[in-house]
Amino acid sequence: MDTLPIFVRDHADGQLFPWKYQVEASKRFGLTLAQIEEVALERGILPARYQRNRTIISVSDQLTLFRSSVAVIGCGGLGGYVVEELARLGVGKIVVIDPDVFEEHNLNRQLFSSPENLDTAKVEAAARRIGEINPAVTLVPVQTAFSPENGAELLAGCQLAVDALDSIQVRLELAEVCTTLNIPLVHGAIAGWFGHVTTQFPGDDSVQAIYRSWTSGKGVEQSLGNPSFTPAVVASLEVAEVCKLLLGRGTPLRGRQAIIDLLSMEMHVINILEGHKETE
Amino acid sequence: MNITVKLFASFRAGRFDVETGDYPDGTTVADVADLLNLPQSELGIMMVNNRHVKLDYQLVDGDTLALFPLLGGG
Repeated sequence: MDTLPIFVRDHADGQLFPWKYQVEASKRFGLTLAQIEEVALERGILPARYQRNRTIISVSDQLTLFRSSVAVIGCGGLGGYVVEELARLGVGKIVVIDPDVFEEHNLNRQLFSSPENLDTAKVEAAARRIGEINPAVTLVPVQTAFSPENGAELLAGCQLAVDALDSIQVRLELAEVCTTLNIPLVHGAIAGWFGHVTTQFPGDDSVQAIYRSWTSGKGVEQSLGNPSFTPAVVASLEVAEVCKLLLGRGTPLRGRQAIIDLLSMEMHVINILEGHKETE
Repeated sequence: MNITVKLFASFRAGRFDVETGDYPDGTTVADVADLLNLPQSELGIMMVNNRHVKLDYQLVDGDTLALFPLLGGG
């Protein structure tokens, strides 16, 4: 009788495990695609879908990503691209939180929106999409609004959170919940041609520093709107930060804010914590 | 006194990227924002010589003020 590890070994093409055998193993052994993926990765066999990751993400890194849980708060412009990129990267569990359904004004930029999806919950569309592009990833759709009351429960078990919200008030609340839970928060915000990104580590108050002069309401996105490309750029920068944090690689934007101007094609990186503390 | 003002993102539209001008003594960050017709509700990060400041900060000769709009979309 074949065992799963033997099946994986015998059907690997070199160190790569083709998708069709991942599916066959799932049926033969009555396990999920995710369970097969973990068994393969544990034995140093890379599911072939990740082969172009391989130079920068080793098989053991890929296993680390597979065993990671990331919460994405907001599933609109930023959130759609963040969820898509995390799933393609191979992050094993993605919790996506958003109370809204797709509306017509989302169609210019929100990745999971389509004319057929109008009035469909954004998180439901996300679950369907991830089921199509990488069914070995577990996507947990949560159709509710993030708040200080439910935040700790929603983020429980996640190693880090990604801010894809469209409300400054809720961002500040999310940053506080992350501080309480002692997890990092990758923050992104957009308006028109512009955006910014930072990574708040536990104990830092980076998001509060960025919005220190905010009192109420929205930012300049209210008048500028958001085109198709700005969320894709800023979401991609956020996912690069997530990848680095999960793998303990590179230099994250800790205490620094990257400010992106796609109209002038400029990126400025400014310090947000030292000056912030000195002038308090 | 001479103040260099650097504007970023949407603040540049119809204004400038960087400009050095003569301002009266005692000019604050809020005064500069008013002169440039920048609504206070749109002001995000404000820095003088790379240090974060508030609206009531009094500028001195030779300061460089950088103003960034508040972005909150997702």
